[in-house]
Amino acid sequence: MIQYLIDGPLWYFSLAVFFIGVVWQLIAVVFTGNKADLSVPRDSAASGAIKTFFSRFVPHREIAPAIMLPVVAGYMFHLGLFALLFFAAPHVVFLEENLLGFGWTPMPHWAFIVAAQFAFFGLIVLWLRRLVNPVSRLISTLDDHIAAILTFVVMLTGCFALLEGSTGLRLLHRFTVELWLIYFPFSALMHTFTFVPSRMLTGAWFGRRGVDA
Amino acid sequence: MSEQLERGLETLRGEIDNKVKAFFSSCVRCGICAEACLFYTETSDPRYTPIYKTEPLRKLWENEYSFWGKLKSALGMSQAMTEADLADWEELVYDGCSMCGRCSMVCPVGVDISGIIFKVKHGLSQAGFSPEGLVGATQRAVDIGSPMGITLTTVQAMIKHVEADTGLKVPMDVEGADYMALLSSNEIALYPEYLESLVKIFDHAGVSWTLSSDAFEATNAGLQLGDKSIAGQLVQRVVDGAEKLKVKNVISPECGHAYTALRWEGPNFIGKAYPFRVVHILELLDELKAEGRLKTSGQESERLTFHDPCSIVRRGGINAQPRNLLGAISGNFVEMADHGNMNWCCGGGGGVSSNERAHELKLTAFNKKKSQIEATGAEALVTACSNCRTTLEEGVESNEMEIEVLGLTEMIAAHLEERPAS
Repeated sequence: MIQYLIDGPLWYFSLAVFFIGVVWQLIAVVFTGNKADLSVPRDSAASGAIKTFFSRFVPHREIAPAIMLPVVAGYMFHLGLFALLFFAAPHVVFLEENLLGFGWTPMPHWAFIVAAQFAFFGLIVLWLRRLVNPVSRLISTLDDHIAAILTFVVMLTGCFALLEGSTGLRLLHRFTVELWLIYFPFSALMHTFTFVPSRMLTGAWFGRRGVDA
Repeated sequence: MSEQLERGLETLRGEIDNKVKAFFSSCVRCGICAEACLFYTETSDPRYTPIYKTEPLRKLWENEYSFWGKLKSALGMSQAMTEADLADWEELVYDGCSMCGRCSMVCPVGVDISGIIFKVKHGLSQAGFSPEGLVGATQRAVDIGSPMGITLTTVQAMIKHVEADTGLKVPMDVEGADYMALLSSNEIALYPEYLESLVKIFDHAGVSWTLSSDAFEATNAGLQLGDKSIAGQLVQRVVDGAEKLKVKNVISPECGHAYTALRWEGPNFIGKAYPFRVVHILELLDELKAEGRLKTSGQESERLTFHDPCSIVRRGGINAQPRNLLGAISGNFVEMADHGNMNWCCGGGGGVSSNERAHELKLTAFNKKKSQIEATGAEALVTACSNCRTTLEEGVESNEMEIEVLGLTEMIAAHLEERPAS
C-alpha cells in the first residue's frame, strides 16, 4: 500500500505541485507590473541584463577575500548536487524510464563519490555558517532551515538508496524527494529559477545607466 | 491600526512590483551583502546587513503575497504588521545606510538591495518614521526652496562676489541659453568656488549658459527622505525653470544625489520625460575637453587621489570622465584600492549627513575611507560631490589627517589655458 502510494499517486501529485507551483511563481514575477522608466537611457538595458546574469557567477575582486567561504561552499554544493541529480546512474535510468524516454551516459562511480562529497560538504558548511555566523543567523528564516534540512535528508536517503535490493530505502528516498518537490515552489528553493529574472532585472537597471554591474 | 501606519503599509504595498517579487523569492539570506556595507564592516553589527534593512517590505511581501502568508491569513493565523515593525527599522535605514548601492553590486542572485531600501524609506516616511533632521531639511526645501534655507537673495549676494572676483558676468535668467546650471546648497553656502569655476570655464569654452532665479537649487531632500511626492515637487521646480527659459540642457552640479534625482529618478517622480537633457558637470567638462573647447595647461605635482561619489559612479554611470579630467591636470594621480564602481562610500550619502542623530555612526563608517586614503599616500583628495566633500572634510578633521579635500571642477578651472592677449 505504502509502495503504491509513494511510487504512484504521491509521485504524480508532487510532480504536479512542483511544475504548476514553479510556473505559477514565475508567472507572478514576470506578469506583475513594473512602471516604465521614463529617464533617457545611457546604454542598453538588454545588454546590461545579459552581462549581469553572467557576471554574478564570479564575485567582485574587491569583495572576494571576505566571502570566500560561502562562495566556495556554495559552488561545491550546487555543482555536486547538479552532478548527482542529472548524472548519477540511478537518476539517469529513472529519468529515461519514467519521464523522458531517453537517457545519457551517467558519471562513473568515482565521480559520483566526489560529487556526493562536494554536495554534502558544501551543504553542511553553508548550513553551519547559517547557524554560527552572526549575520546569517540574524537574517535566516525558518524556511531557509527547512529547505536546507529537507535537501540534506534527500541527499542522505539517496545515498542509502544506493544499497540496491532494499525497497524500503529506495521508497524512503523517493518519499523525501516528493516532500522536497512539494515544498520547492513555496520556499527559498525557488531561487533555482528566480535568480534568473532577479539578476537580469537588476542588470537591466544598471545597464541603462551605463554601469557595468 | 493607526491611520499613519496604514498609510505607510499602503505605500509599501504600492512598492511591490515584479522586481520585489523576483528579489525576495530569490534571496537565500547568504549575508554576502554585509561585507559590501561600510556600516557593517566598520561596526560589525549584523543589524546593518543591507538585506536586513529591507525587512519591513520582505515581511509585508511574505504576509500578503507568499503562499505561506496567504495560507496563514486564510486560517486566521496571520500576524498583522505593527508600528514596531516599521519603527525599529528607522535607525537602520536612515542612519545606517547611505544608499551607496555597493550591496547591489555583490549580491550573487542579483538583488538590487539599495533599490529596495529606497522603497522601504518611502513606506517609513509615509508612516511618520523618519529622522527629525531630514524631515526639517525636506520641509525647508519645500517651503523656502533649499534644505539649508538658502534664498535667492543669498545666491544673488554670492553672484556679486563671484563677478567681482572674476571680472566676468554671471548670466541670470537668459532665455534660450544652451545650458541652465544648478547649484547645491553646499556650493552656495560652503563652496562658492564652484560657481566661480563654472564662470571661468564656460567663459573659456564659449558655453552659452544661465542660472535661473526660479530654479537654482539642485538638491532633493525628498529623495533622501524617500518621499516620492516631495521629490517630484522639487524636480518639478527645476523642470518649470528650465522650460520657462527654454534651455536645451540642465547641468547637475557636483552633487551625487542631485544627479540621481534629476537625471535618473526625476522623470519617474513627475511622470513625464523632460524636453531637455540633464548632464552632470563632469560629463559636460569631459565633452568640452573632447571637443577641444576646454584646454588645460600645467599639471599638479602633488600626489592626488579621487573619491568616487557613489550616486555619480555606481548609481549614475559616470566613471571614465573624472579620470579623463584628472589625467589632464595631474602627473601624480593614484587610485584607491577599491575605486570606480566598487568604491567605498564616504558615509554621508542618502541623507545621513543631514541627519544629526547619525553623526557618530557616520564618523565610524568614515574609518573605511580613512584607511583607503592613507593607503594611497596622497597629499590631496579630489571629489565631485559637495555632500561627499563636507563628509570627507569632517572625517579628515575628526581624524586629524593631513590631506587637502578639493572639488574637481575648481581644479579644472585652476588649470585653464591662458588665452593669448588680443
